[in-house]
Amino acid sequence: MPDFNIDSILEGRRSQPHQLIEVLQDVQDAFGYLPEETMETAARELGVPPIEVYRAAHFYKAFSLTPRGKYVVTVCMGTACHVRGCDLLVDQVLGQLNVKPGETSEDGLFTLECVNCLGCCALGPTVVINGTYYHHMSPGKLRSLIEFTRRNGKEKIAHAQAGPHQ
Amino acid sequence: MPRPDHINDLEDLRMQLSAEHTHFTKTLTFCGGTGCQASGSLSVIDAVKDVLSKEGLDKRVLVRVTGCHGFCEQGPIMVLEPGNIFYCHLTPDDAHDIVIKTVSKGEVIERLLYTDPVSGTKVGTEAEIPFYRAQDRQLLSQNRLIDPCSIESYIVLGGYRSLTKALTEMPPVAIIEEIKASGLRGRGGGGFPTGRKWADCWAAPGDEKYVICNADEGDPGAYMDRCLLEGNPHLVFEGMMIGALAIGARQGYVYVRKEYPLAVKHARVAVQQARELGLLGEHILGSTFSFDIEIARGGGAFVCGESTALMASLEGKVGEPRPKDVHTVVDGLWHKPTTLNNVETWANVPSIIMNGASWFASKGTKGSKGTKILALTGRVKNTGLVEVAMGTPLRTVVFDIGGGADNGRAVKAVQTGGPSGGCLPVDKFDLPIDFEALAEAGSMVGSGGMVVMDEGTCMVDVAKYFLAFLQDESCGKCVPCRLGIDRMLEIISDITEGHGRPEQITLLEDLAETVGETSLCALGKSARNPVLSTLRYFRDEYEAHINQKRCPAGVCKAMVEYAIDPEKCNGCGVCRRACPHGAISGKKKQVHVIDPETCRKCGICQSECKFEAVVIK
Repeated sequence: MPDFNIDSILEGRRSQPHQLIEVLQDVQDAFGYLPEETMETAARELGVPPIEVYRAAHFYKAFSLTPRGKYVVTVCMGTACHVRGCDLLVDQVLGQLNVKPGETSEDGLFTLECVNCLGCCALGPTVVINGTYYHHMSPGKLRSLIEFTRRNGKEKIAHAQAGPHQ
Repeated sequence: MPRPDHINDLEDLRMQLSAEHTHFTKTLTFCGGTGCQASGSLSVIDAVKDVLSKEGLDKRVLVRVTGCHGFCEQGPIMVLEPGNIFYCHLTPDDAHDIVIKTVSKGEVIERLLYTDPVSGTKVGTEAEIPFYRAQDRQLLSQNRLIDPCSIESYIVLGGYRSLTKALTEMPPVAIIEEIKASGLRGRGGGGFPTGRKWADCWAAPGDEKYVICNADEGDPGAYMDRCLLEGNPHLVFEGMMIGALAIGARQGYVYVRKEYPLAVKHARVAVQQARELGLLGEHILGSTFSFDIEIARGGGAFVCGESTALMASLEGKVGEPRPKDVHTVVDGLWHKPTTLNNVETWANVPSIIMNGASWFASKGTKGSKGTKILALTGRVKNTGLVEVAMGTPLRTVVFDIGGGADNGRAVKAVQTGGPSGGCLPVDKFDLPIDFEALAEAGSMVGSGGMVVMDEGTCMVDVAKYFLAFLQDESCGKCVPCRLGIDRMLEIISDITEGHGRPEQITLLEDLAETVGETSLCALGKSARNPVLSTLRYFRDEYEAHINQKRCPAGVCKAMVEYAIDPEKCNGCGVCRRACPHGAISGKKKQVHVIDPETCRKCGICQSECKFEAVVIK
């Protein structure tokens, strides 16, 4: 996890326009979205016109211009997950939390995100909540998982951030 | 570890490192790839390490955590050497038995052995598993021997020896000739001859040249590049270094998807370790060759897998493709000559240099040489990564290696090549995996995704899925792709929603051809494949949707209605609780009913019911 600081993210990258996407990636990871002032700072410090920063921020799916929920529920929509019924998982979240892909629940807790492929095709349907992978998901399992996360969220997050290969 | 300052020093270092491992009498290899981690392998590894140290065995038993073995379905998995004992579906509770019974006493634990889903029998060793046995794992087999976070483990196994061979024995032209003679073709989808690409880039004017590794594996349903970069990053780097040496590049880039966090991490660790050993940087191994690699993360745009879009993205811009009037080998990254190859292509290079072109060309067909890694997924018994010699029939992959359909329903088709590929019916399963043969049949090898579909898969829905994917991912720069895919999706949506008209099939075919002929880049050019291949082989399904307003597979929501079979319903209430839309009512232990007005036809009730009481009308 990068530092929560735009200065440290820009360290060693100033005046290098080609670092734009990398800088935005780190900002996204650190803040959960791209705050307007960080995009302005990035434009100034990298020497990229602000319009190009906004353009990149809009173009790439990895970036969000609005704050995301505390828990990001990522549903894999890859072909292998599709033939095993990942659409049902999106329906499940829609019904349970009233959020469509890209939206955040009213209480600010959950954001639903759909991605094209997580590369865990043999284990599909796959769902990731804040970095922790859940495989062979069914609507029922997801329903309990969301409820569980809502109740015991903090431990889950700690587990997810411990990351792989410690 | 001493830094090798001369080419000969690398061999000394190799011998020294090999000697350091002699006190280990046994090796426990665990898969630590994304798939097995998702299944909980890290907690199993921790538990085993705990027991080993409690038993005082940690100095004699080596625990090796490797990248993906490709048998993700069985994870977490483990192999004990010597003995080749293979355990699967492990949990931390198994750690005690693994150490006390198997490691210490050599007893095989029956319950942890793999069960062959075809024959139903237990399989004792890794080598005997039918899934592995029918494969030719030239690249994948190295993954289980290597700790991706340790450059030492790569060097011990002979790593960077191909580089030293190229540095000492081969001038650039000889390297390029070797690759040309091998017949290696791009593994990312295009199938362009790699040697020719290198030769053109070598001949291009200019002192500043680049090599790029395309690890933006955007094809849904394909993950071989993740597996290679995550599991054996130095192999990929060594290939890139040989390529750089051949074309005269000093800088390389690995463009890897952000959705593969473990691959990003391992690639970064590998770059750091290679720099520390002087295998990247100025004057590599004391030679005149200088080269460095930078890791860049993709931003989740499928189109960035296209070479010119990828290069724009590396330059910090929006990833839009441009016309290739002048090829990227002449006018590439920052308008300099650039060689871009996919992960698997680079990974094939070191062994070609080491074993020679004729060794590589001895496998495969006339036009497609070597082996190819396929991601076998969907409705088959064994899913995972499969490496076979080019020319292997589809049937062998789906039935012999994949074990056939997973749920008793008949296999109907296999989708190859991702969104740019097509669907091939069972009667085409004798086709060999060969660039030309699959293209002639209306599909493509592509990056190697292979999704098996059964009678429960609606082929019109599959075409719609890929069109929706491509429409979402089209960058919008050229009109045929931006509007053409949109219109095709509109028509197909009409058909799946029950508003289809017979004349729309011809319109769809015309549109698909036009989009294919006139789009700027490969995304649009190949967008016709999913449509035309399903129309070619599964036209009856389209006609059933249009003429009878019926979805034969029971997938398209507008054409189905869910109901509860009173004979089978026992009133358990699972469906009532599961329905996110509140459409099911009924008292406990009494037959439940679905209200068709409220029902959103999501199908969740059907997937949750254990008594098969929810039926499609």
